[in-house]
Amino acid sequence: MNEPAIVTKDLTRTFGPVVAVDRLNLGVAKGSLFGIVGPDGGGKSTVMRMLAAIMEPTSGGAWVAGLSVTGDGEGVKERIGYMSQRFGLYEDLTVIENIDFYADLYEVPKKERQQRIERLLGFSNLTPFSGRLAGRLSGGMKQKLGLACALVHTPEVLLLDEPTNGVDPVSRRDFWKILYDLLKEGITIFISTAYLDEAERCTRVGLMHNGRLLMEETPDAIKRSLGRPMIELWSDNPRKAAEVLRSCRGIGGISIYGQKLHITIEKEEFSCDTVSLMRDKGIEVKGYREILPSLEDVFIAKVKEL
Amino acid sequence: MLSRIRHVVIKEFIQLFRDRRMKAIVFVIPVIQLMVFGYAVTTDVTDISLAVFDLDKSAESRELFRRMESSGYFTVRYFAGSPEETQDLLDRGLVTVALQVNRGFSEAIRKGRPAEVQVLLDGTDSNTAQVAMDYAGRIIRKYGRDLAPQAAEQGQPRVALATRAWYNPELLSRNYNVPGVIAFVIMLTCLLLTSMAIVREREIGTMEQLMVTPIRPLELMLGKTIPFALIGFFDMIMITAAAILKFDIPIRGSFPLLCAATAIYLLSVLGMGLFISTVSRTQQQALMATFLLYIPAVLLSGFMFPINNMPHVIQYFTYLNPLRYFLVIVRGIFLKGNGVDILWPQMAALLLIGLGVMAVSSLRFRKRLG
Repeated sequence: MNEPAIVTKDLTRTFGPVVAVDRLNLGVAKGSLFGIVGPDGGGKSTVMRMLAAIMEPTSGGAWVAGLSVTGDGEGVKERIGYMSQRFGLYEDLTVIENIDFYADLYEVPKKERQQRIERLLGFSNLTPFSGRLAGRLSGGMKQKLGLACALVHTPEVLLLDEPTNGVDPVSRRDFWKILYDLLKEGITIFISTAYLDEAERCTRVGLMHNGRLLMEETPDAIKRSLGRPMIELWSDNPRKAAEVLRSCRGIGGISIYGQKLHITIEKEEFSCDTVSLMRDKGIEVKGYREILPSLEDVFIAKVKEL
Repeated sequence: MLSRIRHVVIKEFIQLFRDRRMKAIVFVIPVIQLMVFGYAVTTDVTDISLAVFDLDKSAESRELFRRMESSGYFTVRYFAGSPEETQDLLDRGLVTVALQVNRGFSEAIRKGRPAEVQVLLDGTDSNTAQVAMDYAGRIIRKYGRDLAPQAAEQGQPRVALATRAWYNPELLSRNYNVPGVIAFVIMLTCLLLTSMAIVREREIGTMEQLMVTPIRPLELMLGKTIPFALIGFFDMIMITAAAILKFDIPIRGSFPLLCAATAIYLLSVLGMGLFISTVSRTQQQALMATFLLYIPAVLLSGFMFPINNMPHVIQYFTYLNPLRYFLVIVRGIFLKGNGVDILWPQMAALLLIGLGVMAVSSLRFRKRLG
């Protein structure tokens, strides 16, 4: 395994009596895409800010790109790109003025700048809009501009705090395409998200809840970690079907996704008897199969266990 | 370091000139204040409305009224027919002064006896009443002296008082007000622009983005205050030009000294603006805080109300008010032609306050999110 890009050791941050981040221990390999998921208020943004060296940890430590965030915060800042939830753009400046301003702050040499900005505009498809005020861009374009600004100094590590929050699905997909391109260039990406479908695309995922890291694994390993089979069942009346199933023994959890039910099996095998029981009650079961649980299933199960 | 400061300054100017409201603050505030202090508010008392109640109806009484009018201070608006009517005119505020000449006025004059007239004043506006009383008294005494020079001579004291107002011989309030506008405009624009520019970054989330860049707090602070210092200078020059060219106010002292004093004054007001930005979370709060500071600063500057008349506790408080010192400096340079030899105590006090405020504010202006 190569040298980690991000390491945290018992990283803790409290706000008065509230423990926002509780003894976080993490290692993120260089060139990987690490996703941190969890509900709002779970401590994701606090972790991000501490890694970006703009918030002092209460105890413990963190090292980004080999430098301590407490010992050499300024060094860390030069090696990271950070994008907060609100993109941090000047809406009354144009696209190019925004990028230029950040390039100036990072003191990107004039020689390299021209080429680099052209590339950033190119990959984010912002070239035709370079003279437009940032405030006049769509949400997806603002997000890409934010990313371009965070990348203007070619950082080693990219910290993205819920970058796709409130962005339409098409723009989200474009955004992820860009992230994969960046990964190919060897950059390490640390992203927080509330979307679990995004978490599935990460190299490794950490589940964070109430300031604690519940688990940290590859998405596949997380899905297998449940250790119990999961059945997906289609029904024309999923609500009623769930009601019937809840009365059966040996059923762990049930989540409804449209016409689909995800059922965790505790003890017994999911049998045809249950299906016929439902048919008796006038609920049509269109089909069922055993599936690998989604991250969401696992996450809900893990939080319930607490 | 210098290049980063320069780029923040450039960015501030681009934003400033793209924002209509901000542009208005820079250009409209000085013009409005100049208009208000140059034309509208004046403590000069002229054109006092006068009612006369003439029971004598003689050439002598008419001559008195003519003299009142030709002084330029009074305008006869009403001829009252009865004491009740006089009172009514004063009650309604239609006139400020009523002049009553009793029967026998001309006869007394002709016989060389003391002749009496009565002046009634509406004292609700004590300042105007005082001035009107003074003017009326002077005109009437002069009339008396002209009628009976010998009698007047006997009655007059041997020592004659000859008053002359130095620095502002015509006692024009404009000469006093307009230089003060420099102090007010610089304070208001700097407080507003500095605090708003910083708080806005916090509101829209760019402050957090700035903090992850290698920019140092000092660089950010300078980048955020230098533009408004330049605007402060610009306002000062604009108002000085208007004072000289438009309002015929002399500048007897040295302009470079005015620039130096402005620079010292800017230290205090920018520091205060910075301080406001550290205690406000939204632009609205910054706006409120600005006026919470600005209005007492103006009231306790000695501009409208003499500091000597204030209660002692408040007087001590005014020692902390940068406006207090800068007003003395500005007026000293404009009207008295004072130099550093006279103004150094004010300049030293301003410098001390400025350094103190700046030190406190920059300490508060922390880079990290707390």
